[in-house]
Amino acid sequence: MLTEFGKAFTFILFAIIFVAAGILTAKLIRPARPTKEKLSTYECGENPEGAPWVKFNIRFYVVALIFLIFDVEIVLIVPWAMVYQSYGIGGFFVGFIFIILLFLGMFYEWRKGDLDWVRPRIVPPRPMLKKAAPVQSDLPETNTLSLEQSNQG
Amino acid sequence: MGLLDKQFSDDNIILAKTEDLMNWARLSSLWQVGFGLACCAIEMMATSASHWDFDRFGVIPRPSPRQSDIIIISGTVTLKMAIRVKRLYEQIPDPKYVISMGSCSNCGGPYWEHGYHVLKGVDRVIPVDVYVPGCPPRPEALLEGLLKLQEKIRNETMVRKAVV
Repeated sequence: MLTEFGKAFTFILFAIIFVAAGILTAKLIRPARPTKEKLSTYECGENPEGAPWVKFNIRFYVVALIFLIFDVEIVLIVPWAMVYQSYGIGGFFVGFIFIILLFLGMFYEWRKGDLDWVRPRIVPPRPMLKKAAPVQSDLPETNTLSLEQSNQG
Repeated sequence: MGLLDKQFSDDNIILAKTEDLMNWARLSSLWQVGFGLACCAIEMMATSASHWDFDRFGVIPRPSPRQSDIIIISGTVTLKMAIRVKRLYEQIPDPKYVISMGSCSNCGGPYWEHGYHVLKGVDRVIPVDVYVPGCPPRPEALLEGLLKLQEKIRNETMVRKAVV
């Protein structure tokens, strides 16, 4: 008699066997003719260029958000500026409140320092090395540290 | 690996039945690369839509050539695009088939004589299985081309061609 976990275990086991058998059968019977072009990255037909593991600065996210604010502002204010005279003082105040709201957001991000675009100078930590006499060796420059340590020890 | 890929030198009854099964499976789910070039692509989209319903023959547009079996060259292949067309074709896993749709991709069409920028037939860069004539072909014509392609796949064999 199966326990409750036994039922779940049988289910998991069959799931694994089913998938593995499917993948294995496909691997056995499908034609495999790999070429360099076929194995290259799919870029909608373009030639892949550079490494895909590029790091983007997270602050581009804030810049995109700020851009959105000003973008919407332009889209809504230009038509308003064309017609607000025909709506009298009420039309003027509606646009004014809208601008005030957007300026509140802008002052907030200004105060937060998101508009300061100073590039950070990252100084990577480096081990303090004594400048030793040049070692007569064919090894590349990066191996100097281990050579010095072995000399001292 | 490809245990069944042109490995056999002679035919027999088991092989013939396996062939039938594999060919039926292949011709019944020809997924196409979601790829259109010019005005023929509009007709191709109409063929995918509910009036002509490409899906009843198992043709589903896929966003990646990795999951596709056929590529329908639907329209004018410019020289710039020919490089991309070739790369897309190369990135489809085998077995793969090509339908050339419309006069432009068949032979250059109206750009045959003075089209300085048009490839004179897509068969100059990739092998074509079925040519569909028309400028642009009606959806019925494309369906007919697909049926011809299915006929071709139905008669494929796993037997290696004899070296003469």
